[in-house]
Amino acid sequence: MLPDITALDLARMQFAFTVSFHIIFPVFSIGLASYLAVLNGLHLWTGKAVYLDLFNYWKKIFAVAFGMGVVSGIVMSYQFGTNWSVFSDKTGPVLGPLMGYEVLSAFFLEAGFLGVMLFGRIRVGERLHFFATLMVAAGTFMSAFWILSVNSWMQTPAGYGMNAEGQFIVESWWAVIFNPSFPYRLVHMVLAAYLTTAFVVGGVGALHLLHDRNNQGARLMFSMAMWMAVVVAPLQIGAGDAHGINTLEHQPAKVMAMEGHYDSHPDGAPLILFGIPNPTEKRIDYAVQIPYASSLILKHDPTAPLAGLDTIDDALEPPVAILFWTFRLMVGIGFAMLGLGVWSLIARYRRELYNAPWLYRAAILMGPSGFVAVLAGWITTEVGRQPYTVYGLLTTAQSASSIDAAAVGTSLVAFIVVYFTLFSAGLFYIFRLMNKPPHPGEPGLPVDEPVRAGGIMPAPAMDADGDGLLNDQGARA
Amino acid sequence: MTLDLPLIWAGLIAFAVLAYVVLDGFDLGVGILFPLVQGEANKDEMMNSVAPVWDGNETWLVLGGGGLFAVFPLAYSIIMPALYAPIIIMLLALVFRGVAFEFRWKTRRGQFLWDWAFAFGSTVAAFAQGVALGALVQGIKVEGRAYAGGWWDWLTPFSLFTGAALVVGYALLGATWLILKTEDHVQRRAYTIAFWAAPLTLAMIGVVSLWTPFLNPLYAARWFGWPHILLAIPVPLLVLASAYLLLKGLTERRETSPFLASLSLFVLSFIGIGISFYPNIVPHSVTIWDAAAPDNSLSFLLVGAVVLVPLILGYTAYSYWVFRGKVKAVGGYH
Repeated sequence: MLPDITALDLARMQFAFTVSFHIIFPVFSIGLASYLAVLNGLHLWTGKAVYLDLFNYWKKIFAVAFGMGVVSGIVMSYQFGTNWSVFSDKTGPVLGPLMGYEVLSAFFLEAGFLGVMLFGRIRVGERLHFFATLMVAAGTFMSAFWILSVNSWMQTPAGYGMNAEGQFIVESWWAVIFNPSFPYRLVHMVLAAYLTTAFVVGGVGALHLLHDRNNQGARLMFSMAMWMAVVVAPLQIGAGDAHGINTLEHQPAKVMAMEGHYDSHPDGAPLILFGIPNPTEKRIDYAVQIPYASSLILKHDPTAPLAGLDTIDDALEPPVAILFWTFRLMVGIGFAMLGLGVWSLIARYRRELYNAPWLYRAAILMGPSGFVAVLAGWITTEVGRQPYTVYGLLTTAQSASSIDAAAVGTSLVAFIVVYFTLFSAGLFYIFRLMNKPPHPGEPGLPVDEPVRAGGIMPAPAMDADGDGLLNDQGARA
Repeated sequence: MTLDLPLIWAGLIAFAVLAYVVLDGFDLGVGILFPLVQGEANKDEMMNSVAPVWDGNETWLVLGGGGLFAVFPLAYSIIMPALYAPIIIMLLALVFRGVAFEFRWKTRRGQFLWDWAFAFGSTVAAFAQGVALGALVQGIKVEGRAYAGGWWDWLTPFSLFTGAALVVGYALLGATWLILKTEDHVQRRAYTIAFWAAPLTLAMIGVVSLWTPFLNPLYAARWFGWPHILLAIPVPLLVLASAYLLLKGLTERRETSPFLASLSLFVLSFIGIGISFYPNIVPHSVTIWDAAAPDNSLSFLLVGAVVLVPLILGYTAYSYWVFRGKVKAVGGYH
């Protein structure tokens, strides 16, 4: 056995593992739900069949991803209690109602209208069906709103007091919900969800354009995705910058670790592009840096002083090596996304958007990059808040349940085995759906039956509608 | 006028848990019965009868857990570690059955695997929920503000029995739901299964009801003490009435009344548990008022609940209405 690993370590690993797996699905469904609403709306407005084809194409993928998001999310709502019971007891009066609002205003909305969105188009008519799609999209957004408010409060607590039992209590709900880092985190995360989805959609469109330049559905999805890259990537870089400045104000140690600033720089800090953090010597080896640039970015003044980790108690120092790398990974991907967007703009200007194999190859390569950036970003912000769960007020070590390491270890292994098995299968099915080109008459739903079959699974049985295209979907072949 | 917010919230959380039990009860039940009906087309029909509504049904479980965290954080932080193993097993089992809803349609070669995952996940989730309930009923050891028992305290003959009882009870809900929503072969099988599951469920409700007062003198006082007995006595009488309607409906081959009568058995059993527990939320030591969050947390969320819960019930009902009537088998398209 590994005697050094404590129940606390195992509980942290379990949380990191389950939340990392979970976040992939909501990020994708926030973006995709909005995309589906847009497609549905455009179809309603223009009457063009291609929008409905794309709606039906992405709807099948949405259903699989959403299902995995639901079940991995239920795990999260119980894990606070099982592994972090002291945290739950202390923060319940503040965070519980926010999560309660998430369930009431978001989860039910999504789940309640999902059935109609997936299976009910013909049953309820096009307008109500569009309304159902809008409600699903609104639900995903509201879910992001509340859960990010919860997370932000843990990062930058505000509006609270303490009671005799040692619980946090609320003095101002407004201050709790709209705590100092929340607006920045919300914008940064929602844009991240949109970008991530845009690059998945763009990657899939590019894949099919590589094989057939004339596929109208593939053209449309690729074009829409590249517009998103052009518009949203720069917005996201701006939002990230603002978020960073906000973090510097409220969690300076996190920014010091992200920047790799072990030492204070009274006359302007350099921006370290690359290097190898050396935690024992407390320096960055082989640093490649731009003088004054860090002060310029964070303070908008090249010679502004920036404090380093030498001003922070060692016990309160977040793990520099992790933050240093994950932060650079996230930023690097952000700029690569911007680059691809610019490339597509040039191709569009030259009227070569639909004849650009190297652009397609790059877009395919960048397809999953949003997920990597999101995970890297979350690791940066969550690891950067250590050693606290509620920043400056409650440490991670104080938050845990007193559970046997054996119990936590066993459940951790069970989660790893089950998640890898089941979610690998899910990803495999999603990839298989994405690997099929969109085509006119994309099977929608078994029109008048609440049957999963036609909508989600292009079953041979559904060929009854005679478009003759169902079998080449091959889903059940 | 001052409202007793903890009491109101105890009622709301109880309602959420009850809504979960009856709604996910029948769709878990359909999963439990999966191996008992042969033929992939028939299994398609069974799964389709719950496909549009299952994730809405499971959202009530999130509300139960999330709501407990919000309004009774102390109870949440004591109960979850106490029921660690059954809760984790339930969550994993729900993952198995949840993904099966989508994955089953994506493959023909691997379909039997997802049939199995759906049945296995549904059965294990039901069993774990029953065990968790039994472990809660038999009482949880508390010191200060934390669980003070061991990691196997939940495992007793009583909790294993309640686990088995819930599996059988959900199977009955599932069977009577299928009677309502399907035709031909699946419906005939559902009648046969319901004929077995109905008396078995009733017997198990009887055993649990007789066993519970012996677990703790508090329960005995609640049920047999004066004047509590006046409040308690209608419950077993109504159970008998529901049992009569259930068996009558089944023998007369009615389609709706067996499902409604089964639901009513669940509601009454739940009320029975409520009578046993009150005023505790963690038997036998933490009351609703001990565990409640401060009033301003309760009232803040109550405003939302008063507005949103009726809305939720409204559009949930709408969704059931949209998908009303019999589910046709996929095979029926040929």
